[in-house]
Amino acid sequence: MVERKIKILVGKPGLDGHDRGAKIVALALRDAGMEVVYTGLHQSVDQIVRIAVQEAVDVVGLSIMSGAHIPIGQKLLVLMKQEGLEDIPVVVGGVIPKQDIPKLKEMGIQGVFPGGTPFDEIVAGIKNVAKKAA
Amino acid sequence: MGVAKYIKDEKDAIQEVIYQSGIQVKPVYTPKDLEEVGFEYEKDLGDPGEYPFTRSLHPQGYRTRAWTTRQYTGFGTPEETNQRFKLMISHGQTGLNVAFDLPTQMGYDSDDPKALGEVGRVGMAVDSLRDFETAFNGIPLDRIGSGLTINAVASIMLAMYQAMAEKFGYAKEKISATPQNDILKEMIGRGAWVFPVEPAVRLVGDAIEYSVKELPRCNPVSVCGYHIRESGANPVQEIACAFEIARAYIENVMERGLKAEDFVGRFSFNLNVFGNLWEQIAKFRAARKLWAKMLKEDYGVQDKKKLFLRGLFGGGGSGLTKEQPENNIIRGAFYALGAALSGAQTTALCSFDEAYTIPTPRAALLSLRTLGIIMDEVGLRDTVDPLAGSYFIETLTKQMEDKIMEEMKQIEQKGGMVHAVASGYIQRKVSQQAYEYEKGLQKGEYIKVGVNKYTDGDKDQTDVELHEYNEQWVDKQIYSLKELRRTRDNNEASRTLKELEKATRDGKNVMPFLVDCCRAYATVGEMAGVFREIFGEWQEPSIF
Repeated sequence: MVERKIKILVGKPGLDGHDRGAKIVALALRDAGMEVVYTGLHQSVDQIVRIAVQEAVDVVGLSIMSGAHIPIGQKLLVLMKQEGLEDIPVVVGGVIPKQDIPKLKEMGIQGVFPGGTPFDEIVAGIKNVAKKAA
Repeated sequence: MGVAKYIKDEKDAIQEVIYQSGIQVKPVYTPKDLEEVGFEYEKDLGDPGEYPFTRSLHPQGYRTRAWTTRQYTGFGTPEETNQRFKLMISHGQTGLNVAFDLPTQMGYDSDDPKALGEVGRVGMAVDSLRDFETAFNGIPLDRIGSGLTINAVASIMLAMYQAMAEKFGYAKEKISATPQNDILKEMIGRGAWVFPVEPAVRLVGDAIEYSVKELPRCNPVSVCGYHIRESGANPVQEIACAFEIARAYIENVMERGLKAEDFVGRFSFNLNVFGNLWEQIAKFRAARKLWAKMLKEDYGVQDKKKLFLRGLFGGGGSGLTKEQPENNIIRGAFYALGAALSGAQTTALCSFDEAYTIPTPRAALLSLRTLGIIMDEVGLRDTVDPLAGSYFIETLTKQMEDKIMEEMKQIEQKGGMVHAVASGYIQRKVSQQAYEYEKGLQKGEYIKVGVNKYTDGDKDQTDVELHEYNEQWVDKQIYSLKELRRTRDNNEASRTLKELEKATRDGKNVMPFLVDCCRAYATVGEMAGVFREIFGEWQEPSIF
């Protein structure tokens, strides 16, 4: 059986413009056979949720370098729930201190990939959460 | 970011060395190599201080004058920034380099909903002239120059700097500010853009034109190959992009009837120092030459001093690692050595803790001391351009020069930098390069100590540290902004903003109108709001 192509949104919330990480991860996910929707910079959480709905993505990924991963993650999860999207798994990458990983997981973020995580691990992690959600 | 690709045999002997620019390095260089690349002393180097300035801008290099150091400073409120400025000056720093928070960089006031959680986080929050009056209080503005690290709203900050200086009694002719004011590189790399490409470039041109006419000691644009390299470009692309960006600004200003000769002397550059030592040195030497040639041949600039590639060669942020952070102290010293061997006129060095947090004062001071040791202890002031004549360095400099020219030609074939950015051509190229590098790093093709070689395994516990974010600063900043709006002459503020709106729509130079707005204590958000209303915001092209 052919595996269905995973469609993932890569979002850059907030004012921070450091998008090197988001872009290279987007390229790596595409090379791994996923369909990637990259939002571009300066998106609000509302805009990201709207794109997730419009594009009917399987996974939502956020790249956050500003240190605001916890409040932004929380806000996204609440909004997704309001939109009835709670089944779509959310993953986060960027500048994330190790001590915050358990907190993010507890909140309901299904995958956390701090800067420097090998592409293979990111791809495997996303495939894994997409499979669980399917 | 690493250095070069090393292909080794089974006994660990190096078979091939390939630099990031794609240049293959030979194990031995001889006079024959110089012959092969057609090296001629007069044409390719010239004496130091002579065209094409490959060796140095000044006849005796650092003998006459050591480099200027400009560490990047500024966070939290204007009060804290003022204290940090005074500390750095008391430690011998000769110029300031101001960091702004993201809301300010993006033209939002501190109480804008979009600013939530970002006020004072990565730099100083500036809402109005009042904040500048606090931040620069007691700084001798006729002696100390200030780099203003801001782009999308650089025109606003330059106007505010003038208004502030005049308030403190300094004539506008006496002050020296260098707003970064390079929006095209924000669109390629750093991401703090607001307006679409063409009006954004117009604002850059307005600040340049105004400075030429009104602010004789200001350098109205600092073209940043730096951030393009941080975004993943190789050293050749870094220089080629920087020069093609500069070309776009030059042509914008020339369309206003100015001659290149009248303003190119005010351009400065911000270029990066990390990577392979030799490749960086060759890059800077080739860049000095190419810039002088471009100005002379393409724009007919005659005055020798206006052909100088001036600016800051420094930083090196992407070379640093979060893993084993003390290693970054050593890396910094080598980056500084490279900058000195390249004849850097101004420099700054990223702090060793910068890979995982906002620099502590101790780390920032250590960077400044590293620069001092390089300049005063090691022997870098002894003689100018000490590597000149090396078979290897001169061959490499010629090769870099050819590669940079080739890359510049490609951008010109895409219709120039404005088009290449609007279409996303450059961004895709740089992202692809960053991606290839990252793959190489993960496969171990590039070596990074502490990351993929000599690692501590699981013992490495270095974690990113989030800079302590003081909510009280934010409250204070927002409180004083609200007070300002209550106590200023609001009629005057709206009058000047209306004038700004009209001038913007009429295609006039906005600078004098911005100065009036600043004097009337109009806020950054109000002034940028006028531009947002008229220009709209940029939509990024696709990265795929």
